[in-house]
Amino acid sequence: MKNTAATPVLSICNVGKAFGENWVLSDVSLDIMPGEIHAICGENGAGKSTLMNILFGMPVIQSTGGYTGKILIDGEEQKITSPEQAIAKGIGMVHQEFMLVPGFTVGENIKLNREPLLSSLASRIFGSRLKKVDFAKISSESQHTLNRLGVEMQESSMIETLPVGYMQFAEIAREIDKENTKVLILDEPTAVLTESEAELVLNIVQHLSDMGIAVVLITHRIQDIKQVADTVTVLRDGKNVRTVAVKDISEGEIAQLMVGRDLDLTAIEKRSGELSGEIALTTKNLVVDMPGEQVNGVDLEIRKGEIFGIGGLAGQGKVGIANGLMGNYPTEGEISVFGKPLKLNSPKDSIAAKLAFVSEDRRRMGFAPNLSIGENIAAPSMVAHNRFFKKFGFFEQVDEKAVRETAEKNIQEFQIKCTGPDQPVGTLSGGNQQKVCVASALELSPDILLVSEPTRGIDVGAKNTVLNTISQINREKGVTVIFTSSELAELRQMCDRIAIVSQGKIVEIMKPDASDEEFGLAMSGERREA
Amino acid sequence: MKIKRFLMSNAVPILFAFLCIAGIRLSGTPIATILSDVVNRFDRNILLVLSLIIPVTCGLGMNFGIVLGAMCGQMGLVFVTLMNLTGMTAILAAALIGLVTAVICGILAGKLLNRTKGQEMITSMIVGYFSNGIYQFIFLFLIGGVIHISHKIILSGGVGIKNTIDLSHLQYSLDNLKIFGLGGKVDVFTGIIFFAVFFAACMTISALRNRKFDRNYIIRTAICAVFVVASLIMTGQERFMMAKMLIRIPIPSFLLVTFFCWLITWFMKTKLGQDMRAIGHDRDVALASGIKVDQTRIIAVVISTVLAAWGQIMFYQNLGTVDAYYGHEKVGTFCVAAILIGGASVKKANIGHAILGTILFHLLYNVSPLASQKLFNDSMVGGYFRMTICYGVIAVALMLHVWESRNSGLKEKRGEKKSGKPAKAL
Repeated sequence: MKNTAATPVLSICNVGKAFGENWVLSDVSLDIMPGEIHAICGENGAGKSTLMNILFGMPVIQSTGGYTGKILIDGEEQKITSPEQAIAKGIGMVHQEFMLVPGFTVGENIKLNREPLLSSLASRIFGSRLKKVDFAKISSESQHTLNRLGVEMQESSMIETLPVGYMQFAEIAREIDKENTKVLILDEPTAVLTESEAELVLNIVQHLSDMGIAVVLITHRIQDIKQVADTVTVLRDGKNVRTVAVKDISEGEIAQLMVGRDLDLTAIEKRSGELSGEIALTTKNLVVDMPGEQVNGVDLEIRKGEIFGIGGLAGQGKVGIANGLMGNYPTEGEISVFGKPLKLNSPKDSIAAKLAFVSEDRRRMGFAPNLSIGENIAAPSMVAHNRFFKKFGFFEQVDEKAVRETAEKNIQEFQIKCTGPDQPVGTLSGGNQQKVCVASALELSPDILLVSEPTRGIDVGAKNTVLNTISQINREKGVTVIFTSSELAELRQMCDRIAIVSQGKIVEIMKPDASDEEFGLAMSGERREA
Repeated sequence: MKIKRFLMSNAVPILFAFLCIAGIRLSGTPIATILSDVVNRFDRNILLVLSLIIPVTCGLGMNFGIVLGAMCGQMGLVFVTLMNLTGMTAILAAALIGLVTAVICGILAGKLLNRTKGQEMITSMIVGYFSNGIYQFIFLFLIGGVIHISHKIILSGGVGIKNTIDLSHLQYSLDNLKIFGLGGKVDVFTGIIFFAVFFAACMTISALRNRKFDRNYIIRTAICAVFVVASLIMTGQERFMMAKMLIRIPIPSFLLVTFFCWLITWFMKTKLGQDMRAIGHDRDVALASGIKVDQTRIIAVVISTVLAAWGQIMFYQNLGTVDAYYGHEKVGTFCVAAILIGGASVKKANIGHAILGTILFHLLYNVSPLASQKLFNDSMVGGYFRMTICYGVIAVALMLHVWESRNSGLKEKRGEKKSGKPAKAL
């Protein structure tokens, strides 16, 4: 499809974006030809979303100081400062979250805010907003667009009654219905679709390209890239690692480019001596219904005292496992902790079984932003073990002194940068918030510590402290650790064994010294020949 | 299955219909007496209840802030009384004053509600309370204290207006309005015939214009015909004499209500109405598609406040005396209770809900003291009962709303394309 003779419909030249001091995107350049399907892939935080937000003129970019570099549409430089402007310039976007009105029909959604209108007496007096909506025209025009797209779908169906895949079609149809759409950005279009729905969406993408519309496909799914894309650009840490024709690169190589990052960490102390053979935790056919991170039947056997890594690409179910063990999402299957079966779907029982969890979703699950450091550290122990209370006959009161002392001890141990134990955790930096989360989990004196994405969004210094502390308590106190991370380097450094998850199942359990290629292959879901 | 679903989704109105029927049976009062009172109360309240529909459609929930509109309406009435206007002139002048003040108040309230998105209902309720202070400041201090007027409704000290204001100079001037000698109040059967013929004519005109005589049209016209025939038969009969004498239908007022119903329906089909529906369903999506969300929400509040102001004027032109300091206070809660009883929810309300709800609410309001008088020999028990019902139904509706939105929140999460993503990009 690629037509090298023409001018690129969209050129991105040396685009960069900083949030404060933090450059999330730097010096990214791409050219996209008419009718080309250009895939952009990368891990979470690689800068894909930021790049798309820039292209679509999202307010979040403008309100934080705009971007650097140039964007050319049809060879002319454009400054895109609002979504309306982007639309006017011919850029269409299908967002990751559905931007559809659930109670409207497909047709009404396709024509949302672009309804054909009929003027009336009232509109002449009171202005154009009192023009009558021409519902008949909405029906006929939107049905025409759906037919043009090649999907069998009635414009009169209500969005909320449609399967997810069809909502995706409605969104694409809305963008195509805008007459001048030249470039269509699809943000993770297949992430939540079933296999057959994803197939249909990819067919439509192909169809769009045949119609001469350039498609920017942002995705985690390497299968999709291989199936439809002409060109792929891999972003990592905000930089364009490589842009290459899809036919010249293998799935394993793409995966490797996405995750292969160098971490300059101080070396973690090597394990001295062998692990005992005792089993700390087993799961049988664990199924966790965590939206977007579905786990479909995982069997694990984790030995006492080891650091067990769980890795894999985003959306494949790796963070679902720890959440299932803690009972945070609907879970089925069997879990036993030190030989005793664990009651499922009950966070309280999981904590009672001496499991402690540092959530990947720090802001929502990790801490109470308005409570002090001390209170945050003490709270889980108060609930689970009734600690930090003074007794007065029948009454109990929080033992402020003990809370304070524990907080001070932890602040010292973790080098938490703060004004004192009374500072609200919400006002700390990301790294220090994470330290508080780890501290409060450790205060539960767990036998098994579950840590998910502990270094996401925190700086290198804090990373070191967090990782060192985790390995330290593992080495010194013999706490078993289940360590979930999307950063391969981190996993390799920390873990004794690493399970790679793809499509909700364990593909392979690997040694940390396996090669990048082997990890890349496993992450793309291909089981290595035994 | 279909019947079950119908019962489930209309559980509230059905329950209240049963309560009303039981109340009527227990009270032992003739239906004609009860109905004559209900017609009166319906006439007074329906416009206020209708004013709640548009904010619900626009996703603002129940606008308890119609209290603000009610105050504006009362203000209009007080001023026209001070100006010694009478009859229809007074009503039109009051409506004009109400319109201007309500537009201003609506804009201010709308701006406030835009800053408290997600908490509109409680905010609008509080707006009602604190604007009460301003209202009292105007009528207990400014009038007489700063602006010196002498009038019979001013308190004897010369500052502030009286608690109760007699409106006999304009009472019933809308209800009894006659155009070319036609209109005014008529007996129930004439009223039914009039409106049946009126609706049939409207439908025929619209069908002629669209050249569409479908099944709906035939059924509806047939229903009108049945009403006409039934009324013609009943009007001559001895046993319906009492109904004929007691129940009086104010044709002009009901025509006005019909006009407002049509206006709301028409309005929902305009671009502005379509935008409001979109915002009501999903504010973020509407914003992302370029709809001016904040401006549209303010317009919705303004329309609601203006309708409420006119509704309050209609209320008092029928009642005849203004309760100057307390008349508006309960308007919000009572109207919200009425529309909820009609089957509306915090997310969905239409004209049918408003009409049915107003009838059922006032039926219950009317019969519950009578029924309790018969049952417990104490009419107050019924008073307590209706108070419990009125506030109870609001509480239940709010609870259902939270429950439903939590459930649908779960559904949304399942539909979300990826986890761990900060909710919405916009």
